[in-house]
Amino acid sequence: MSNIHIENLNVWFGEHEERVDAVKGATFDVPSGASFGLVGESGSGKSTILRAMVGLVPTWSGNMSVGELELGKKRPKAFYKDVQMVFQDPYASLHPRHSVDQMLGETLSLHGFKDIDNRIMQLLDDVGLGPAFRFRYPHQLSGGQRQRVAIARALAPKPTVILLDEPTSALDVSVQAEVLNLLADLREEHKLTYLMVSHNLAVVAHMCDATAVMKNGEIVEVMTVEDMRAMKPKHPYTKHLLDSSFGYRPDAEQSA
Amino acid sequence: MSPLLDVENLRVTFPTRQGEFEAVRGVSFTLGKERLGIVGESGSGKSLTGRAILRLIRKPGRVEADKMELNGRDLLSMNKKQMQGVRGQEISMVMQDPKFSLNPVMTIANQIMEIYRFHTGASKKSAYAKGIEMLEAVSIRDPERVMKSYPHEMSGGMGQRIMIAMMLVTEPKILIADEPTSALDVSVQTQVMSIIDRLVRDRGMGLIFISHDLNLVSSFCDRVLIMYAGRVVEVLDAGKLHDAKHPYTRGLLGSLPRIDDPKTRLEVLQRDAKWREAPSVSGRI
Ligand SMILES: Nc1ncnc2c1ncn2[C@@H]1O[C@H](COP(=O)(O)OP(=O)(O)O)[C@@H](O)[C@H]1O
Ligand SMILES: Nc1ncnc2c1ncn2[C@@H]1O[C@H](COP(=O)(O)OP(=O)(O)O)[C@@H](O)[C@H]1O
Ligand SMILES: [Mg+2]
Ligand SMILES: [Mg+2]
Repeated sequence: MSNIHIENLNVWFGEHEERVDAVKGATFDVPSGASFGLVGESGSGKSTILRAMVGLVPTWSGNMSVGELELGKKRPKAFYKDVQMVFQDPYASLHPRHSVDQMLGETLSLHGFKDIDNRIMQLLDDVGLGPAFRFRYPHQLSGGQRQRVAIARALAPKPTVILLDEPTSALDVSVQAEVLNLLADLREEHKLTYLMVSHNLAVVAHMCDATAVMKNGEIVEVMTVEDMRAMKPKHPYTKHLLDSSFGYRPDAEQSA
Repeated sequence: MSPLLDVENLRVTFPTRQGEFEAVRGVSFTLGKERLGIVGESGSGKSLTGRAILRLIRKPGRVEADKMELNGRDLLSMNKKQMQGVRGQEISMVMQDPKFSLNPVMTIANQIMEIYRFHTGASKKSAYAKGIEMLEAVSIRDPERVMKSYPHEMSGGMGQRIMIAMMLVTEPKILIADEPTSALDVSVQTQVMSIIDRLVRDRGMGLIFISHDLNLVSSFCDRVLIMYAGRVVEVLDAGKLHDAKHPYTRGLLGSLPRIDDPKTRLEVLQRDAKWREAPSVSGRI
C-alpha cells in the first residue's frame, strides 16, 4: 500500500519566451488505498501531473512522494513496478503487432516474474477476459476489451498505485460502466491507490473519495465527494463544471 | 402542417466480403420546426442516417427509402446539381470536428463568402457583410480579425462556432448537427449549445441533433429517437427520457454514473438478440 503526496508541484515545458507553465503550485494528498480524481478542461495540466510523477517530464520542482519514496531526478527500479499507468486510448497504448499473450508475457518477464503462464491466465481472469482472448491482437478486440488488456498489463507487476488518465473517455457509456465496475473491484481486491484523471465529474464522483479541480495549471479547489454530491463547490469554476454535467440549461450560459 | 422532412423506411447498405451489411435498417421519422434528437452508442447508425438525408454516402454504399422528402420534394430522385442546391442551402450539416470540415488553406472570410455567393450569387461586398453578421451571431467578438485568419489559428470552440456560422449563412431550413460539441470542453460545449439553441429558435429551423450523450439530448431536444443496431428502438418526448420503456434505453440510463444519485455499482447493459430483430419504431407524426 502507498499513499501519494504532492506538494507545491510546478511543471514546465521549454525555456525563456517559449516556456509553458503547465502545472503551477499543485498540492494534494491521496491516502493509501484511496481513490483521488483530477478534473478540469483539456490543457489544464492533469496529464502533466501524472507524467511528471512517472518521470516522463524532467522539468519540475516541488515535492512528490509515493509511499516511503521521495521522488527525485531518477526513479529506482522498484518504482516502475509499484506505480503503473493506464491511458485513454487503449489502441494507441497497445502494440498493434503483439498478441495479448506477448504483451503480458513481456511485462511479466521484465519485472522478473516466474511462472508466467499461470500469471497470464490469472491476469486475464482478473480483468474479466477469458482464456480465449490470450492470443488475440489489438485489432481483434473491442474498445472495452482493449482497455481491459491495458488494465491487465498495469496489474501485471503487482503495483500498489495506478495512475489512470481518462481510462473510459473513449468508450460508450455501457462499456464505461463495465470498466469502472472492474476498476472499483480491482482496487478493493488488490488494495490499490488510484489517481484518476477525467473531464467527467460524474465519473469522478462515482469513483473517487475526493477530487482536485484544475484550471490553467492550478488546482482551484480540492473537493470531497460529499461536497460534490451536495453541490457545494467553493470555486465558481467548479460550480460551472457541476452545472454543465446535468445536461443543457439555457440559463447556464452566463456563468461560463 | 406538413413536415419539413419526411423519411420512411430508410436503409443504408454496404457490400462487404461477408455479404451485404445493412447499417441503417428501416428508419422512419418526420421533422417539423422542432429539435429531434438521435441517440445511441457508437456504430448504431446515427451519423449514416444524417448523411443519408444529404445523400452523402459514398459508393459502393447505397441509400434506399420508401420516401425521403424535403418539403414534399423527393430527395432520392434529385440529380447531382439539384442535390448540391439542397446541401448548404436548404439543409446544412455540422460535424464533430471542425478541423476536418474547414479548408485549412483558405481564410475564414474566403470560405464563408464562397458558400454564400455560391448559393445566392451575391456580390463580394455583401457576402463579406453577411459573413461578419454570421460570426457575430455565433458570439465571436472580433469578427474582422477572425475573417482574416486560417482554421488552424482557431481553438476548438472557435472552430466549431465558425462552422456553425458557415452552415447557417445561407439560412437553411434544416440543420443536422452530428455530435457538434463532443470534442469540446464542457464550458465551451454550453456556449456552442446555447448558440444553436438561439439560432434554431429565432430562425424557426428544424434541427436534427445527433449525440451519444443522453443527458444533453434529453435536456436540449423536443423528441428523441433511440437507435440500436441501425434501427430505432424507441421514440420519446425528450423530457420523458427517464420514463423510457425499452430495456436498451433503460440500460443506457442505468449505466451512467450520476452525481445526484450515487450507487455502489453501475448497471451493466445486458444486450438481448431480440432488440436487433424487432422492427424499427416509427418517429413519423
Ligand atoms: N510535451 C509538451 N511540450 C510543450 N507543452 C506541453 C507538452 N505537454 C503538455 N504541454 C502543455 O501543457 C499544458 C497542460 O497539458 P496537459 O497536462 O496535457 O493537459 P490536460 O491533461 O489537462 O488536458 C497544455 O497547455 C499543453 O499544451
Ligand atoms: N463506408 C462504410 N462501409 C462499411 N460500413 C460502414 C461504413 N460507414 C459506416 N459503416 C458502419 O455502419 C455502422 C454505423 O455507423 P455510424 O452511422 O457512423 O454510427 P454512429 O451511430 O456511431 O454514428 C457502423 O457499424 C460502421 O462501422
Ligand atoms: Mg490529458
Ligand atoms: Mg457518428
